[in-house]
This record gives sequence, structure tokens and C-alpha cells, in this order.
Amino acid sequence: MNIVERFGGVFLLPVAIAIIAFVLIGAPSSWLTLTVAGLAMGMMLFLMASGLSLVFGLMDVLNFGHSAFVSFGAFVAASVLAYFGGWLGSDSIVLNIMALVFAISAAIVFGAALGWFFERVIIKPVYSDHLRQILITMGALIVAEQLILATWGGTPTNVPRPQFLEGTIIVGGSSLEVYRLFAFVVGALVYAGLYLLLNKTRMGLLIRAGVENREMVEALGFRIDRLFIGVFMLGSGLAAMGGAMWAGYETLITPALGAEMMVIVFIVVIIGGLGSIQGTLLGAIMVALMQNYVGYLSPKLALASNMLLMMAILLWRPYGLAPAVK
Amino acid sequence: MNRTFAVKAIALTIWGLLLFSPFLFQEVRQVEVAARIAVFIVLVASYDLLIGYTGIVSFAHTMFFGFGAYGVAIAMKQGDNTWGFWILGTLAGVLVAAVVAVLIGLLSLRVKAIFFAMITLAAASVALVLASQLSGLTGGEDGITYRSPDVFKSANKLLTDEEGKVLRIAGVRMNGKIAAYYFVFFTCALMFWMMLRIVGSPLGTVLKAIRENEARTEGIGYRVVAYRTAVFVIAATTAALAGAVYATWLKYTGPDTTLSFAIMIDILLMVVIGGMGTMWGAAIGATLMVLAQYYLRDLMEVAAAATEAIPLLPVLLSPDRWLLWLGIIFILLVYFFPAGIAGTIIRGRKS
Amino acid sequence: MSLLQIKNMDVSIGQYSVLHEVTFDVPEGGVFVLLGRNGAGKTTTLRSIMGLWDRPIGSVTFRGEDISALHTSDIAKKGIAFVPENMGIFGGLTVAENMVLATTSGKFDQTRLTRVYELFPALEQFWDKQAWSLSGGQKQMLAVARAIIEPRDLILIDEPTKGLAPSIISAMGESFREISETTTILLVEQNFAFAKSLGRDMAVLDDGKVVHTGSMADFAADTALQDRLLSLSMEAS
Repeated sequence: MNIVERFGGVFLLPVAIAIIAFVLIGAPSSWLTLTVAGLAMGMMLFLMASGLSLVFGLMDVLNFGHSAFVSFGAFVAASVLAYFGGWLGSDSIVLNIMALVFAISAAIVFGAALGWFFERVIIKPVYSDHLRQILITMGALIVAEQLILATWGGTPTNVPRPQFLEGTIIVGGSSLEVYRLFAFVVGALVYAGLYLLLNKTRMGLLIRAGVENREMVEALGFRIDRLFIGVFMLGSGLAAMGGAMWAGYETLITPALGAEMMVIVFIVVIIGGLGSIQGTLLGAIMVALMQNYVGYLSPKLALASNMLLMMAILLWRPYGLAPAVK
Repeated sequence: MNRTFAVKAIALTIWGLLLFSPFLFQEVRQVEVAARIAVFIVLVASYDLLIGYTGIVSFAHTMFFGFGAYGVAIAMKQGDNTWGFWILGTLAGVLVAAVVAVLIGLLSLRVKAIFFAMITLAAASVALVLASQLSGLTGGEDGITYRSPDVFKSANKLLTDEEGKVLRIAGVRMNGKIAAYYFVFFTCALMFWMMLRIVGSPLGTVLKAIRENEARTEGIGYRVVAYRTAVFVIAATTAALAGAVYATWLKYTGPDTTLSFAIMIDILLMVVIGGMGTMWGAAIGATLMVLAQYYLRDLMEVAAAATEAIPLLPVLLSPDRWLLWLGIIFILLVYFFPAGIAGTIIRGRKS
Repeated sequence: MSLLQIKNMDVSIGQYSVLHEVTFDVPEGGVFVLLGRNGAGKTTTLRSIMGLWDRPIGSVTFRGEDISALHTSDIAKKGIAFVPENMGIFGGLTVAENMVLATTSGKFDQTRLTRVYELFPALEQFWDKQAWSLSGGQKQMLAVARAIIEPRDLILIDEPTKGLAPSIISAMGESFREISETTTILLVEQNFAFAKSLGRDMAVLDDGKVVHTGSMADFAADTALQDRLLSLSMEAS
């Protein structure tokens, strides 16, 4: 047990899942494709879930409307990409990248602004009242979903991809989609950025301390509520970014996207444990790997498998695998 | 005292109207509305056992409702439309609901309320996905159509006049349809009465104590987790029974009539409108919402047509945007009238 | 003039009254001890001073200024530090990070840091360890160290000896005595021997009310009074 702990403890679980899947799948090239797909999806899930986890940890606020940020991010990015359609098709990689940067930035800005509105108008009046918090944020999710329906319509929206992210590369007999590699790299960069923010800056120190014991941070002379609005906006911006990346991954999106992702995002934060980004990353990678492996081995069980995974982990650790110290 | 009486009087009036509704409202659609109200009163009251009386939020209530409905539907489709299969299907549905409720309860009721909400939401969506994927058994998205027991057939003559035709009382045919309605009415009334007994019993008192102060109740020596799980199981099995009754009435079961998230939102709205923590409020909330669902959409259609010339308004007023307005109303209600209609009447105006 | 004056403080949860017209003055300098049985309202009094209670009624005057309506963080900035009963250690953070958070600028004043090291050598030894791995006594030292790393006028300490070994308690007493030479301490304590050895002035709370105030020397000499106020109430708890 001690040896397991030394080499990463629960953080070895995704590796264990990958090894088991390797045996079950049998074909190394398919396994590699699935693993890359799982890692890419895991990174996008991490983007969507990290804010939810931090916000809950810091203020004990659970925003059931969190997936509205994901949806809006996806649709805003799709619209911006469609607007720059000419640049996307061009052979110039600079124009390609610029269109992509515009789209993702627009999603982030929109998500953060929406987050500000959510926190100030919707959630603030019901701090510390969980029952009403759940009900109100659920109501807000319904309204947000309906607004998306009214704006973008009920038919699936096409999401154009930049030229340079199309296609696949062949590695050792397995074909890897370029977009998935891109999603993985972007997600990893954001994780690294968040990690540095939380562990190397004074603000990050305050956030980590606040997640553990908000009262004590205030008794040391800091205002958590002012910090909280910033974290909330950061989290909603990241969720929107995750939605934007997801839109490019799916290439066809519907307004039901938010509701679909919400369930997966919840499973991610429950598995990972609330309040820590390490836990969220762990949960996201595990859920995404499971989803891809099981989807290949037995397609009908994909979502149910994650549910079973969650149940098993809750039996073992009721607060998730790596929650923040409370 | 008087104010509580007023709430009870309203709720009893609703039950009274439901009792006579086949005679009072003779259109087919109106009887549909009455049956739906009866079923939803039970469904909402059983949900109120959780949210209002125990303070736990579950998003899996439609899942349990669906277990009961699909139990009846599958039994009558795979078997035949005899009461034997009806009982089999109902029991199977209720049993599945009870087992799943115990599992979820023991697993997640010991941690934070918020975990429970998330886990029930995940479970409900898995049930929804399974229902559409296991199409061999459930009919997938299309659902299952089947026949209900023969007594409820329209052609069945309950009472006949001298010429052997269906007897009419006050213009209403005494056929299988009316039998079906009163089957729905009396089973629902019975379940509602039983829930009233539950909240009035010592169990109800313990539940309220848990809601008010969990740690203290635990300290006095009550096993909070056990009580919560028990209530969750009672609520789940009641919802499953309501589902079985509704499936018998509709002769159709599909994701849209039982499992969908839209119905969960309806239940939430009904419980909040009626007033959390009052069984009688459930009756008021369910009635208002079902009436609104059937008749307000028509009104929106008229409004959208009337404002055609104005930009934006018709889009927002279109009947398809029905949920948008419900969502806004819901948020405003939770902010400004968290006690709902019943609670506001009972408490009276704040002085 | 007193450093801290509490006047007619009322706190209730629902219909239960927790504190009832609590009034006492904490003079500047030395250790002021708040005694009383479990549930008498001592912790609630400290939390109310610190602004950690929703709506306490009454006034809290610190250096002549009413601070009862201020936000907790602003009360802290006035120069009041708080060491809660559960110590309020950030277990996932290192000892160093815990200490950094207690500074306003994020930098240590070297002389004060040296003094902290002298008072609590264990903290220097475990400086880069995560705080959850410390022993109970070390956590308590860290909590107190956080309170003195910046110059403060008043430190509120809630039951620091709870669950600690006698040898650690006596060391703790030494450091409190030293700290109280420069900073006033308002100490909530159940351990009467510990309280007696440190206290200059004191008050006794019972059932949410102040039932006695005076100097510790007088109280320590009057065993009849002790019996009436503490022994009786100790039995009751």
C-alpha cells in the first residue's frame, strides 16, 4: 500500500484503467486511438468541471446552472467560427489560428460575463441556503437553455473547424485525429496555468486556504467574497472554453449539449472530489477513458459504466478520490 | 388555525371537483386533465415528503415514476391485459424502485445534500438513456402502446338500460372509460390519504426534526441516515405506484410521459408553487400547473399571433418558449414566495 | 481605558437565547480569562467579537471604536487576531504557507519571525511540511504563531489546552506569558489551573450570562466562590 502511495496513490487509477482496457481490447492500435481520444475528452471535461469544483470548495455554492456556461461557450464559438469561415478554409495557418483564437476568446469572455451575472444576480441572494440554491440555479439553467433555443434554433448547428486541425496523423498503425491532440495540449496548458496560479501566487494561496476554511481566512483579514466573484468568473470562463473546444470536437451541436454534459461533469466532480483541481483532473481523465473504452467494447453501456464507476468510488471514498482537505 | 383550514378547504374542493369531474366536465380533454391532476397530486405530494418534510433534493423522482409505468407497460405488452399481469408489472416496478432507492440512499444520503442531488440527477439520466437504448423491451423513444384491463375498455358496458344500451347518468355514459377514471381517482385519493397519515405520524415528527436540526436529532439518538433512506424509499415506491396508475390510464408509456427531465421540472414547479412542506399545497400546485400546461399554451399562441408585428415579442411568446417563462416564474417564486401558495396563506402576510 | 468593551451582547439561534446581555471590559495588557462550563456561551462570545456571527445585538468597542457592524476581515485589520477552538489550521498548506497568509504584505518581518522560532522551535523544524501532518500541540503552536507574526493589539484564544498533554500545556503557558507582555490576550479556558496561572482579570459566563467579573487573584483566593460558580456548573455539565 505504501509503495502505491509513493507512486501517486489514487492518481494511478487512470493508468490501471488503461492497462485493463489494453488487455480487453487486444488490438494495440485501436487502444492507442481510444486512449488519445479519452485523454483529449478528459482535458475538455476538466475545463468544464474545474470551475464547478473550485466554486463549491470556496463558498459551498453548487451551481446546477454551470452547464449553461458550457452550452453558451459552444454556441458563441460556433457563431464566431462561422463568421470567420473564409479564414478557416484558407491555407494560411496564421488566419486559421487567428479565427480560432477569436472564437475561443469570445467564448471565454462571454462565459465570464455570464458568470458575473449568475453570481451577482442569481446566486448571491441564496448563499448558504442549499435547497433554494439548487432550485434557483436549476431554474436558471432552464432559462439559459431556452434562450439558446430561441437564439440558435433547435436544429443542430454546424461547427466549422480550422483547416490545420482537420485530418489525422498515423502513429504506429493507429490514426490519431489532429483535433484531439490539439484539445489535449490546450487542456494540459490550462491545467498547468491553473496549477501555477493556485500554487505559486498569493491569490492562489488565498483560494486554497479559503477552500479549506473560509472563516479563518476572513479572520486573518481577507475578503473571501471579493475573491469568490473572481473565481466564479474564472470557472465560468473555463467552462465556456471547454464548451468551445467541445463544439469543435463534435462538429455538430444542439441546445441539449448543456444538459448532456451536466451529468458527466457532475460525475467527474463527484469522483474526483470537490474543491481541488487535481481531483477534478483525475475524475475527468477516468470518466473520459471509461467512456471511450466502454463505448468501443460495449457501446450501450458507456454512460451506465460511468454511473457504476461513480457508485463504486463513493462506496470506497464517500467524498471522492482527492477532495480538498477540509 | 383558520388559515390552515382555508388551505385544506381549497385542496378538498379540488378533490371534490375531481370526484365529480366526469359529470361536470364532459369533454374528452377535460377528463384527461382531471386524471392527470389526480396522478400528479400524488406524485408531487410524494416528492414533497422528500423536499418539504425532510429537506433533501432529489432529481430522480421521474425515474421512480417511470419504473412503475414501465413495469405495467412491459408486463401488459409482453404478457396480456389481464389483472394478473397488471399486478405483476406494478409489483415489479415498485420493487425495482424500492431497491434502487435503498441503494442510492445508503450510498449518498450520508454525505452532503448536494451530493445527493447530483447523484440522483446522474441516476435519472442513466435511466432515461437506458430506456431509449433498450428498445427491445421499452420501445425506445417511441415508447410502448398496450391495452389496459378489459374493464376499462370504452366498449365495456358497466350499466345498461332496459334496451341493453349503455346507461347514461346525467348524460354521462357508464362505460369502461368512467371505470378507468374512477380507478385513477380512488387509487390516487387513497395514496394521498396515506401520505397525510404518514406526515401526521411520529415518523413525520422525526422528519421535521431532521429538517430543522440534523445534528441535534442525531444527538437525541435517531439514526438520521436510516430515516432519510426510509422516506426516500416511501417516496420512491409511491411515485412508482402513481406511475403504474398513470400507465393504466394512458395505455401508453414512453420517455416523454414518465421519465423525461421536463416532468421533473414540472414536479419541482408544482411543489414550489403549492408550497413545500404542506401535503395540501401539493394538491394546489399540481392543479394549477396542469391547468396551465393545458390551457396557457393556447393563450401564448394567441398572444404570439397578436404581437406578430412587433419584433422579438412573438419569438418569446411562441408556445415553444413555454419553458422559458416557466423557468423565470420558477426563479421568482423561489426568491419571493419560497413558502408557495399554501405556505403564504397559512403564514399570512408578514407584519 | 479598556482595550475592549462588550456591552449588552445578545445572540440567539431561533428562539434559543445563547448569550443574554453579556457585558465585560478587557483592560489593556496581560491575560483576561473567560471561564465557564461547556455551553455557557464562551465560544459564541469570541466568535461574535470576531464578527463571525450573523446578527449579534449589542456593542463591541475596541479602542473606543464600535466594531460590531464591521466585516470579520476589517475587524482583523483593526489588530485583533483569532485562534479558534479547532485552531483553524489550513491542513493542505505548508507551515510556511500558513504563516505567510497571516502577514498582510506576504513578507515576514525577520525579527518577529525569529521570535516565533524561539517561542516554537518545532515550527522551524517542520517549516515546509504540510500542516495536517503536525501533532495537536504543534498545530496549536502554529495557530498562535499566526496570531503574533504581525503586531496585534488583542488575541482571542479559544481553549488552547484542549486535548493536549500536560508537558505541552505548561510550555504553552510559558509562551502565552511571554506574548502577553506585549499583546493583550483574551483567553477562553476550561482548565482552571492553567487559567489561574496566567490570568490577571477574569469573567465567568454561565448559561449565556456574565455571573462574575473581577481579578483572578481574588477569585483564586475565594474557594467558596469557585465552588459556587465552577464546581457546581462543572457537575452540571
